[in-house]
Formats: sequence, C-alpha cells, structure tokens
Amino acid sequence: MTQDFRTSAGGRIDRSSPVDFTFDGKAYRGFAGDTLASALLANGIHLVGRSYKYHRPRGIITAGSEEPNALVGIAREKGQNTPNLRAPQVEIYQGLNAESQNRYPSLSFDVGAVNDLLSPLFVAGFYYKTFMWPRSFWQKVYEPFIRSAAGLGKAPTDPDKDRYANHYAHCDVLVIGSGPAGLAAATAAAQSGARVILCDEQSELGGSLLHDRTSAVDGKPAVDWAADAIRALSENDKVTLLPRTTGFGYYAQNFVALAERVTDHLANPDPRLPRERLWQVRAKEVVIATGAIERPLVFPENDRPGVMMAEAGRIYLNRYGAMAGKRVVIATACDTAYRTAVDLKAAGVDVAVIADLRPDPAGVHVDAARSAGIRIEGACVVTGTKGRLRVKSARLGRIRPDGSVTAMGEEACDSLLMSGGWTPNVSLYSQSRGKVAWDEDAGAYLPGASVQHERSAGSCHGVFGLQAVLEDGYAAGENAARAVTSAAKRPKVPAVTGGEEGAGGTLGALPHDRDPARVRAFIDFQNDVTAKDVKLAVREGFHSIEHIKRYTTTGMATDQGRLSNMNALSVASKTLEKPIPQVGLTTFRQPYTPVTFGTFATTARGEAFDPVRRTPMHDWAVEKGAEFEDVSLWKRAWYFPKPGESMHDAVARECATVRESVGIFDATTLGKIEVVGPDAAEFLNRVYTNPFLKLGVGRLRYGIMLNEAGFIMDDGVVGRIAEERFHVTTTTGGAPRVLAHLEDYLQTEWPDLNVWLTSTTEQWAVIAVQGPKARDVIAPLVEGIDLSTESMPHMSVREGKICGVPTRLFRMSFTGEAGYEINVPASRGREVWDAVWNNVEAVGGAPYGTETMHVLRAEKGYIIVGQETDGTVVPDDVGMDWAVGKKKADFIGMRSLARPDIVVAGRKQLVGVLTNDPKVILEEGAQVTAEASPALKTPALGYVTSSYYSSALGRSMALAMIADGRGRMGDTLYVSTAEGAVAVEIVSPVFYDAEGGKQVA
Amino acid sequence: MLLITCPYCGVERPEIEFRYAGEAHIARPAEPSKLTDEEWAEYLYMRTNPKGLLAERWRHAHGCGRFFNAIRDTVSDRFVTIYKMGEAKPDLERLVVEAAQ
Repeated sequence: MTQDFRTSAGGRIDRSSPVDFTFDGKAYRGFAGDTLASALLANGIHLVGRSYKYHRPRGIITAGSEEPNALVGIAREKGQNTPNLRAPQVEIYQGLNAESQNRYPSLSFDVGAVNDLLSPLFVAGFYYKTFMWPRSFWQKVYEPFIRSAAGLGKAPTDPDKDRYANHYAHCDVLVIGSGPAGLAAATAAAQSGARVILCDEQSELGGSLLHDRTSAVDGKPAVDWAADAIRALSENDKVTLLPRTTGFGYYAQNFVALAERVTDHLANPDPRLPRERLWQVRAKEVVIATGAIERPLVFPENDRPGVMMAEAGRIYLNRYGAMAGKRVVIATACDTAYRTAVDLKAAGVDVAVIADLRPDPAGVHVDAARSAGIRIEGACVVTGTKGRLRVKSARLGRIRPDGSVTAMGEEACDSLLMSGGWTPNVSLYSQSRGKVAWDEDAGAYLPGASVQHERSAGSCHGVFGLQAVLEDGYAAGENAARAVTSAAKRPKVPAVTGGEEGAGGTLGALPHDRDPARVRAFIDFQNDVTAKDVKLAVREGFHSIEHIKRYTTTGMATDQGRLSNMNALSVASKTLEKPIPQVGLTTFRQPYTPVTFGTFATTARGEAFDPVRRTPMHDWAVEKGAEFEDVSLWKRAWYFPKPGESMHDAVARECATVRESVGIFDATTLGKIEVVGPDAAEFLNRVYTNPFLKLGVGRLRYGIMLNEAGFIMDDGVVGRIAEERFHVTTTTGGAPRVLAHLEDYLQTEWPDLNVWLTSTTEQWAVIAVQGPKARDVIAPLVEGIDLSTESMPHMSVREGKICGVPTRLFRMSFTGEAGYEINVPASRGREVWDAVWNNVEAVGGAPYGTETMHVLRAEKGYIIVGQETDGTVVPDDVGMDWAVGKKKADFIGMRSLARPDIVVAGRKQLVGVLTNDPKVILEEGAQVTAEASPALKTPALGYVTSSYYSSALGRSMALAMIADGRGRMGDTLYVSTAEGAVAVEIVSPVFYDAEGGKQVA
Repeated sequence: MLLITCPYCGVERPEIEFRYAGEAHIARPAEPSKLTDEEWAEYLYMRTNPKGLLAERWRHAHGCGRFFNAIRDTVSDRFVTIYKMGEAKPDLERLVVEAAQ
C-alpha cells in the first residue's frame, strides 16, 4: 500500500530512509522517524485493535503513552515477544513485526464482536452479576470463559532472552518531561551549576515544541529553539539527557525510578547493550513537567476508528507528515483544536467544519481558523458517527439555549478530531503523595502542597500558553537549583510569539437527540466503560469514585485513567448531584505506564537471583555425586546415591551405615555465634530456657530459645569453652535471626551486661562423625585429647588438634549414635574432611546427607525447629519441659509459659504415629482426625510434621502434633491421604533406642 | 526507599542497610513473673500505631549493627529526628507543634 495519507513534505521523518514493516502480516512502508501509529496513519490505517469487552473495532486515538486502543504485540526472536505496547510509542525499524490484539480471526472480522450484540449482559459490574448461577457452572464454564477473555495481549511464555541493566544515579535536579517547561527548567538548573538529569518518555526531547509549526521563541521557530536548548544541555558535562526514558515511579524521599528503553527501536541492536535500563535516581530536587492530556468528548459512537484527539491529529501532521484523514470534522469545546484545523487546512486537508459546543467561540485561535476560511459552527455538538470499520460521517446537532439538541444533519468525513480541553497530568505529583486540589477556574485538579522536594512546572499544574509555560519552567528550574546550590541564577526568559493559551473545555457526557437506550458514549475506551455504566454504578449505590472505578473498571486501563477520569468523575458528580471535589479523585500509583518484568528484575535472574553459600566440602560432595537441597542460601548435600540407587535406596543405606558402622556428615551450615565476656553465662541464662550458670567448662548443653511470647524460635548446642567464652550453635536458617535477637536484648534491655557477640558461622567448618565406629575413626587423627568416655563423655567439648589443625571437638549426637562434631577453621575444613573420610571409608563407613540426618533424628524424636514447630509451639508441646529451668527467676519467654492459653488443656502435643499398614508413608502436613470420615466442619485433631521410611524400624514412621497427644497413646486415629483416610496408632515420638544408651557409649 | 541516618555511624544510608525493629520505649518489665496476664499481654502485644509521629526502633543491620531510635511520621514517612539508644524520648507533642510552624 502506498502512503496515501502522507503529506508531500514536512515533519521530522527522514523521507530518504524508507522502512518496511508488517502489521498483522501485511507489509507496509514508513520512514525513519515514524512511530508505528504514524506510519499506519500515513498508510490510511485507523483500525488497529478490538476493545476489551465488546470487541468493538477501535482506532488510534492519541499520539502518546496514554493511548488506550492501539495496543500491539511486537515479536522479534523466540523469547522476545512483548504484548500491549502502545503504537504511538513504538518506533518502526526495518523488519518490525507488529500484531493487533484481542481479535479472532482478524481485525476486520472478529467473532468476539458478538459480545457487542450481547452488550446488555456486560453492564457495569457484569462479572459480579452474570456468572452467579448455576453454581456448578463456575468451574467448568464461567471461569475458563473469563480467563480466556481476560486481558488484551497474550503474555509471552518463553524465557526472556534479553538482558536488563540497573543504574543508580544521584543528581541535584531531576526534570521529568522535556517539553517547553521541562527544557526551560533543565536549562535554568544547568546554568546555575546544578547536576541535572532530564528524561522524557518520547524518542526525541522537545515535547510539544516538536509539532509547533507557528510559534517562535527568541525569534526562532519553536522547534529550532528547542534544538538549540537541547544542544546546549548536551554540551554540559553536568547534564544527563535521557530520551525514551519514562519516569514511572515517584517514591519516598525523592527516589524516582526511570525505565530507559535502550534497544527496542533498533533493527539490529548491539548485543552488548541491555534491552532496558532501570534508573534508580535519588534527586535532591525534582521538577515535574509532564504536561497536560487532552480529554476526549463523550458523545454517542465516539469510539469509531477515525475518531482521534485533535492535538494528536496535529502531532501526526506536523511531526510525522501523516494526515488523520482527507476530509475532517473537528469537534471541540476548546480553542486549541482550532490550531489543528488551521494546520490541517494549510497542509491541504479538507476541514469540513469545526463544531464547537460553545455558542460564541472567539479569540485569537478562532480568528485564525476563520481567516483560513474554515467553517465554524457554535453551539454545535456531535451526536453520533456512522461507518463500520472507519468513520464515514458525523451527525451534528444544534444545542438550544434550553440544553436540548436538534439534528443538523450529517457531515461526511473520514476522520473526526475532538477536544474536550486539557487535563493537567498530575500522576507523578500524586505518586509523590501530594494531595491534588480542585481548581474551579481551571476546571481541573491541580497539584496542592509539595510533600517532597518537588515542584510542578507548566501545564501539569495548570499553566498554559507557551510564554507562560517557559517562564514557569525557568522559575521552577531556578528555584530547584537554588534549593541545592547557592549560586542559582535566573536566565533570561526568551520572548515568544504565537503559542497563545487556548481557552475552553468541557467535562462529562455531551447532550444529544438520540434514544439513550440505544446509543453508547464511551468514557474509558480500553475497558469499554460508557457514560451509562457510570450512571448505573451510582444508581446501584456506588457513591465513592474509588468504588465506581472498581465496579465499572473505568480508569483501570494502562493509562490509569489519564484520558477518562475527569469525564467519569463529571458523570458521577452530575448523577450524584454533588460537586466534583466531593466525589474525589482516584489515586495515581506506580508505575506511570507499564514496565517490563525484566526492568524490575534487572540482573537479578537465574544464578544471580540470590547469593549461594557453599561449604569448604561442597566440591567433595559434588565429586561424590551428591544431590543437593537448598537450606536458606546454603547448598546442602541431600543424599549420596550410588549408581543405580534411588533416593529411597540411598537414604536407607546411609541410615543403616550410620546405625551399624559410621557416617560422615557436613554440618558446616549450622549457625555459630561466639559469646564472650564476664557476663556471658548470665546472658545465656536469660536467653535460653535451660540453666547455664552452672554449666562446667568443657561441657555442652542443648538449649531452647523462646521469643517473649513463649514460642520456640531456635535451638542448638552450646559449649562452654572457658569461664567467659561460649560456642553457641543455631539452626542453619536461624543464625541471622538469632544474632539479631541476642543483639537486641544485649543492646537495648541489658546494656549493663558485659558481653560480646560475634557471628562465626563462616569461620568454622563442621564435620559430624556419627556411629558406633566414630571414635575409632577419628582417634588416630586427634592429638591432645583423651577420647575415652570417662574423660570425654557425651555432651562435652575439648580443644586440641586434629590432623595438626586446631579444633573444638564436640562429643554430641543428633542421630542417637555416639558421635562427634569436629569444628576446625573453615580454611582447613577440606583437608581434615579428606583425612577423616579416608578413615571412615576404610572401616566401610559412608557419607550421608540431610535426608538421612532427618530420618535418624526423627527416629529419636528430636524436633527440627520450623518442621515440628511453627511459631506457636512452646517447649512442653514438644515434650521438652525438661529443658525449661524451673528454678530460674526469669528468661526470655518464661512469663508467657504461664499464660492462660498456654497452660490450658487440649494443646497440640508431639507424638509418634505408626500407620497400621507399615508400607504407607504419610504426607507431611496431612490432617489427623478421630474418625475416618468426620462430619463436615469437624476440626482436625492435628497434623503430621515429619514422615519417613525408617530402615531401623523396617517400616514407615511419622511425627505429628495432635491435640492432647500424650493422652492418646495407643489410640487409633486417622490421617488423610490422597487415597482416603488411613488408620494410625499414636505412640511415643522416640522410635529408636528409647533408653538412649547408644549415644553415651 | 527511605534514607536513614545512623546516629552511630553518622551517615545517611538507604533503607536496605537497616532493619525495622518495632515501636521504641517499650521497656521489658524488670520482673515479668509479678505481672498479671493483662499487664503482660499489654507489654507483649499492645502498640500505639498512631497516624502521625511514632517513636520506633531501627537497627543498622548491614552497617554497625547498632539499634537506635527514630521519630517518623507514619503519614509522610519523614524522619523527624533520630537518636541513640538510651537517650530520652523526645516530646512528640512539641515536635508536632514545631513541625506545624
């Protein structure tokens, strides 16, 4: 197709560089500098999408990021599909492949359009009303239907193949928006010596100056003045210019997030470049210069393709050389649309009529149109449009003094340009937590007081007219600079000719002479919300604008209601018979426009998502073919399968080896804290339930730590190395939490205690050697320690050497077998491990992983914090009342153990569970009930916390927390499984060596 | 992201270096066993949760590790003042009056 709607000359496109692209598979040609929207318009294409609910054909409405209709999917290579991009923001490049959305099989014939005929079903809140019954339809019919209909573009399913970068930046003055106000502010701030960042969501800086054909600044055409200003800024080392960069999030203390699109506009991007870059800017001062957004007019059939905003028509014409149509009707309530009319006429477009709502339009813009010979009708309103996939004519009506409308006939046209006036773009101000204030004169919400160090400049706070906007921008830049540097100076504000402020504007639905039951006037194009929907919501009792928004979905589109909010508000206000400020305004939230997940994730993907912690023995386990599991950030060896072994086989073998011979286990990940000082014993006595004052040097004690509410937060073994020195161990995941807990009490409650805490988790490698042969295996390697049980009994610690390396040797057991935990400096961990492993291997021992450790401890009924406990468990619940020092005056959580809800009967208690069928292994988390099929709403008695196959028992076993569990020994209860409830017997949680003779041998 | 000044390090740092630690100036009773259940519940769970100025604790977890106190406006997130552990709680009503001036 030829570019029939391209002007013969003009615009900022490069007519010597044709660019070929496809839209819905069809080839088109545009020029370098075109957006997808401008190139399609130049080819006469308005129909670009189908609406969300009714699948109505829709055309390009705007020339900016607020575009509600022209949403497209852009596909590059596999893993590079982006849905819901706004065509006016998509720059074309050679080979661009764009697809329209929400239509099947094609844009011009879409079966979903049947929804339009069924529109009475889809009124406001239809999803709350339509799908209620029959109830059985929900899962099979309604939900799949809604899910397939929901959303516009298709979310990509392949992994994103692009890279995204992250950049932290600091500046004195951040200016968001580079139109006249932003350029002036950046210039003033830069000339004052401030470090400036100027960003703009568009591909080119300059904003409205880029399509201003008639104004002059400083004696130069506006666009040339802009080019000079941008050049001067770019030559300043303290200024960073960021086109294609959206300020999307305004957070606390002037922390502003920018999304820079780096390569999406390039046909062959440099692979070294990221696709997008997240800028996290901390600005001392911010100037918001985000302009104003033209409001649509709400008249029947205002959503027909070919209907467009008047200023967008001017932008496409002057900036891109693309004509919205060849015969255009202009509908307006505002002077600025007259500029569009004049520019179109000058470009040779037939401007059929300007239909102005106001009875007597007057002023400089009107005069210019009149002297250009354009027909102007006052008190004239558009009451409808005709045409299937593109507007063919506009119905006009005369507004009588009493407000009624009489038909004036139809005006043929291929495009209808409308302007309801301008809405200041207060999104970022609102995000900064500022409260907007209704300004009756402006007929708009304007920024109120600044909550952060920011100021708005130009039309985003209601200043219009090029001269006034420039003055406002210079003042904002100067004031921002003055707040951070002492040397702020006021640049001379250039003189402007043209660019006068355009008066006028309207809000809400327009009067018409049509049957109100049969016509629809759209307020929110993307979500298909009509004036009728808003009125219905009010009638149904939704009186707050926040409720109306959610019930009708008006303002919930990708533009967050920047196009639709004020019209919806006006309709609601009139229906409620309340002034607009009493109806309120919805809150604008981050992000300003949609941001890709990649930009938020930046480099935190895959292996870089989280740090990985590995022990000194990690590589050894890898060489042995271990499977690993993640425990907090640690990689822990899970089990060591031999060739052909399943996990079950490997764990059964490892368990048997430990019980019968000896196993070696990497316990390095346990948290370790060195507690030192004259008051160390007193401190530990206050933080553990157990008594610690009398723990002898060289002794170990298992300790339970509670929070102040009495619930178990951590456990571990504590060794007294010297009078004033303790070696504390914590759970693997709990170490940081425990250290913070201890520091909290030490610093804030008991600063009088003379104690120091040091995290030593990374300093010690820990090798557990467990099993009947443990002593024989390590004895040849140990120097200076008598390992005999008489000299070094169970739960004792000695310092000495192993393999010539200094060690704190713990004699302790988490398996029920006799054993040791060898602490050596982490840097020597691997060599000691290798030596111990040699001896273990020589006697037929084996390495074991965390799964075997879990099974062995469960056979002994030892709890794991976080598995048997869930933050609501006190020591007695897990049968560890013995660990609570009854004679102690106080410890953290002690008072809570006497709370009424803790001493009450019926709390869940730790028990063992044996299935009647020894082959059945229960699911952890499965519910335990008194009957196989309890009546509905019967609460469960408890739940399974740990469940394994035990090779020592030759059968399955489980631990569970069950109400009054210790009083139910021998009872039969039931546990739910995927195959139905199974009968179980409640037994002691200690399944193996209940007397405990083995570990002390 | 908030900027927070650590009174011990004397530097302003981003929020990610810090950990929030709840309301400040809630001293642990000297002899908990002498408290009634109601008094103990008051200590454990009852917090002021004001709209406006709140005295709260922060820890410079990824810095010096020290706990300190701060007065923050829960509406604007603005830090009014930051002070060391053990220093007296500022008069919040006076701060409100000062802020209004």
